[in-house]
Amino acid sequence: MNKILEVKDLSVSFDTYGAEVKAVRGVSFDLEEKETLAIVGESGSGKSVTAQSIMRLIQMPPGKFVNGSILFNGEDLTEKPEKQMENIRGKEIGMIFQDPMTSLNPTMTIGKQIAEGLIKHRNMSKKEAHLKGIELLKLVGIPTPEVRINQYPHEYSGGMRQRAMIAIALACNPKILIADEPTTALDVTIQAQILDLMRGLQEETGTAIILITHDLGIVANMASRVAVMYGGKIVETGTVDEIFYHPKHPYTWGLLGSMPKLDIEEEELQVIPGSPPDLADPPKGCPFVTRCPYAMSACTKQMPAYTNISDTQKTACWLLDDRAPEVQIPESAIVGGSEINA
Amino acid sequence: MPSTKEKLLEIKDLKKHFKLDRKSILKAVDGISFDIYQGETFGLVGESGCGKSTAGRTIMRMYEATDGKVDFVGRNVHHIQSKREIKEFNKSMQMIFQDPYASLNPRMTVKDIIAEGIDIHGLIKSPKERAERVNELLELVGLNKDHGSRFPHEFSGGQRQRIGIARALAVNPEFIVADEPISALDVSIQAQIVNLLKRLQKDHGLTYLFIAHDLSMVKHISDRVGVMYLGKMVEIAKSNELYHEPLHPYTRALISAIPVPNPQLERTRERIILEGDVPSPVNPPSGCRFRTRCPLAMDVCSRVEPEWQEYKEDRWVACHLYDERYKEGSLA
Repeated sequence: MNKILEVKDLSVSFDTYGAEVKAVRGVSFDLEEKETLAIVGESGSGKSVTAQSIMRLIQMPPGKFVNGSILFNGEDLTEKPEKQMENIRGKEIGMIFQDPMTSLNPTMTIGKQIAEGLIKHRNMSKKEAHLKGIELLKLVGIPTPEVRINQYPHEYSGGMRQRAMIAIALACNPKILIADEPTTALDVTIQAQILDLMRGLQEETGTAIILITHDLGIVANMASRVAVMYGGKIVETGTVDEIFYHPKHPYTWGLLGSMPKLDIEEEELQVIPGSPPDLADPPKGCPFVTRCPYAMSACTKQMPAYTNISDTQKTACWLLDDRAPEVQIPESAIVGGSEINA
Repeated sequence: MPSTKEKLLEIKDLKKHFKLDRKSILKAVDGISFDIYQGETFGLVGESGCGKSTAGRTIMRMYEATDGKVDFVGRNVHHIQSKREIKEFNKSMQMIFQDPYASLNPRMTVKDIIAEGIDIHGLIKSPKERAERVNELLELVGLNKDHGSRFPHEFSGGQRQRIGIARALAVNPEFIVADEPISALDVSIQAQIVNLLKRLQKDHGLTYLFIAHDLSMVKHISDRVGVMYLGKMVEIAKSNELYHEPLHPYTRALISAIPVPNPQLERTRERIILEGDVPSPVNPPSGCRFRTRCPLAMDVCSRVEPEWQEYKEDRWVACHLYDERYKEGSLA
């Protein structure tokens, strides 16, 4: 597999009144061709800031790159001048957002919004771009595209707007598609349609997807690899099977445990007590220390290094240190039957 | 599920229509009937625009009903006239809202927010008693005493939802309508709030109407679940039965659409993907409202509206597939 994106030790901060909020603190990951990498975490974990940094959509100031690099095609995106970024955004890397109503321009027809990128990046004439737009709307499953292309976003339903967003994002065949909570604003039956569409299009075009979500069901459905973020850091990463069936980090256990299970009866849901850390003043050691049932004194002092669990799985937790006591994964975090875990 | 099946609420053919302009009427809730038993949690699910929130609000008489009735312990909620009786009634029903940011007055301290109901209903005699009651409520929902003198903006979403719950409990209600109380919260916080609601129900013998679109949470918290589509109830069942043996094609699609946090299962699972969007409730399809998206739609579905019938004990469904007269259609 070929790496197409390498994020190395990325740190992003925001200067706010009185304090510097360290939203992303030393995040590293790779993205390979044709794969889907899911970044999961709670609000404030830094997952969206990571994604927006890749697209360079962070307003600077107040935001700033403190450290690290984002390598795409061998070039560091954090150092690119804005003019050159315009040739990457939409052409090489496409993005779809959570709320399709606020991310589409309400004063432009859908057709014009699709054509924008095609005219700029692929040197199409207006007419060609219009025809290509109809083709794209058809591809994303919008009925009567010849009519719909001349309509405005408010004439579309929520699901259709998200389809239109996908059409815009994929118009120039980007190598990477970043989807930031693409279905959170949609109903479940529409969500199923959109996920199905994204999977189908990926098979057809071979685009790599970075999927940002808090829903572990969507991760299980879409992802090939997963990065779990907490407090601005990736605490665990691995293939989707490793994360669901052999998780090693207590936060991953907590996340898996707090999901209600459809197939079995539970009296009480497993809870992660407390609330996430304040990133204006993050804990010195592991960010999860205040909520972790297994916290030790080492955890408060220093951030644990990554332990390689396998070629693909890495976990940052002091429990994996040789000196730490042996801890068993709690029952609530065990997913599926024993045949899967074996 | 409580062993006695005493009806706390009886909802009969309840309708709530909103007039949009001279010609069009939005039929948000268009004739729903069901009972809520003492001490149970009744889950109400459906997609946005199906009328579940309107149903909850009409039951509480936050909206006047267009037609039909809501009996609360034998009394028609919408017929209560005198101010005194309305006040008494308001005390027995409370609501928890979806957005913990918008539903707390930013200019009031937490203790004043929680005690507002206590003050209105004159439930306490002295300021000392008031402070004690507020502290007791704060502790009940897992907050500290000293949180009382702070303002809502100083709290996280989960904590705010706890404040909203304390406010609802302040007047000792019997029945609580929780309208998407966890949708705005993070997964790990959702579990905290759901556990809290369950514990409070056990300790105080509360009855809940739990409105949500997240079916897995609804299944976890509810004893029985009602599924709504475009202003109509399409199915009611005990929550287990609903998930293991959904009858209505819409319920089946809804359940099949939830992504399960289990990758191996997701890879092999057959999914029913509905086509198209929910039609407008201003101009709903004739006959069965689901027929335009139903994979099993028959000829009769466009002509005749399916009857709301008890399929077996505690199992209600409105679908021609379960009607003797039209049964020849595939029951796959």
